[in-house]
Amino acid sequence: MISTVSTIVVIGGLLTLLITSPGWPAVKQTFFSWSVFRSSFSQVLAGFWLDVRLFLVVEVVVLIAGLLIAMCRTTRAPALFPLRLIAIVYVDVLRGVPTILVVYLIGFGVPALMLSGVPTGAVVLGGFALALCYAAYVSEVFRAGIESIHPSQAGAALALGLTQTQAMRHVVLPQAVRRVVPPLLNDFISLQKDVALISVLGPQEAFRVAQIFAASQFNYTPLIAAALLYLCVTIPLTRIVDRMQARSVRERGAAVALGPR
Amino acid sequence: MSAVLELRGVTKAYGSHEVLRGIDLEVGEHEAVALIGASGSGKSTLLRCVDLLEEIDDGDILLDGEAITVPGRNPVPVRRRLGLVFQAYNLFPHRSVIENVILGAVKAQGMPDKEARAAGQTLLERFGLGNRGGDYPDRLSGGQQQRVAIARALLTKPRALLLDEVTSALDPELVGEVLEVIRELKQEGMTMLIATHEMGFAREVADEVCYLQDGQIIERGSPEEIFVSPSKPDTQRFLARLLAADRI
Repeated sequence: MISTVSTIVVIGGLLTLLITSPGWPAVKQTFFSWSVFRSSFSQVLAGFWLDVRLFLVVEVVVLIAGLLIAMCRTTRAPALFPLRLIAIVYVDVLRGVPTILVVYLIGFGVPALMLSGVPTGAVVLGGFALALCYAAYVSEVFRAGIESIHPSQAGAALALGLTQTQAMRHVVLPQAVRRVVPPLLNDFISLQKDVALISVLGPQEAFRVAQIFAASQFNYTPLIAAALLYLCVTIPLTRIVDRMQARSVRERGAAVALGPR
Repeated sequence: MSAVLELRGVTKAYGSHEVLRGIDLEVGEHEAVALIGASGSGKSTLLRCVDLLEEIDDGDILLDGEAITVPGRNPVPVRRRLGLVFQAYNLFPHRSVIENVILGAVKAQGMPDKEARAAGQTLLERFGLGNRGGDYPDRLSGGQQQRVAIARALLTKPRALLLDEVTSALDPELVGEVLEVIRELKQEGMTMLIATHEMGFAREVADEVCYLQDGQIIERGSPEEIFVSPSKPDTQRFLARLLAADRI
């Protein structure tokens, strides 16, 4: 009750202050123009649809590649040491470089090679660059999950006569993946936003479309429209992550209370 | 008749720390051999070496007269012929009780799922857990979890069962129900190698008792010999300490 009144007073006060301030009409015209919003929204939305599709495809690629890299990194088999080394270098490099640099490098660099049979489409190359970066991030999440499973679990699986691969597949990975779902979703929220980075390569995705509108009409409302579209996806996703995180804390707390593992 | 399990001069070191220093041991068909000794004397390592979860440095381990510790040999088929039960149960928390019990039989031995479930259910019923198959391990008491772990090791019909201090993590009132299961297995003729802190139990179930200290078997003999009239001073001291701590 008190909090509701307090909220209304504070927010109302701030809004009144904002709207009555001398610069407000200019701000409103530049950022929140209803007519510009209406005229640009459908095209921004079409651009956003490209973002969403690209996001979905890249996400699947990243999940698979990230898991494979994580497994290469956690393998203890001496014969697979080269794989492990490659995975370590790959992750170190791609995690340490700005994503936009990789997008630029692949998006403009690969077509410049003029190789036959290699796709040159900006969307494909941009998506590939994003997948390269995010596979590195996501592999670290998977690795943390795999390493968080106590070795005695793999030991019990081996003692039953399972092979290393079977122990990984039936015992370690299912537990590891369950444990890292919240951080994985966090990375996907970032990816959903970073899809806009391919705009530097020219595809007409939401940010790019909004930018063109903004530049031609000296009005930033289309960018606000694009921002709203991103928020429509990312806020529900964040809420889901929060809820899952709270649940996993509860579950782990319960497991501790139930005694030794 | 040759022994089911035979160890000849087995050594194992972690870095410069020698955990096993020349172990010779035989477990005959239908025999139960108990390994006693303080924590850190090498009992667990010995069992893990037999199940090829650890590589030995020197010596030989034979299963049914055949050397299983040949360098480069695939350990998986050997592990399928042995059952190992851990001190901390090590059940798979993401799988239900029945799925825990059948995982090895289905994935490692290729038993059809339906057949494995039926056999697993029979084992659970025998261990008084017939109605718990659908539960997850964290719903069970420690004693129940350990009985599930034993059922899991038994479903693959092992040639010998290796028990690694299976009651040490249990609350005292739950120890009895697990020991009862092992007692039954012994009566049925299961070949067992048992690392244990339960001296009364070792005395009752074992055909032979081995006292381990610093990675060596100091003394071995029938339960009567070891517990009533141990000949080596080390064994006497160990048993006296247990007696003083009220553990016998």
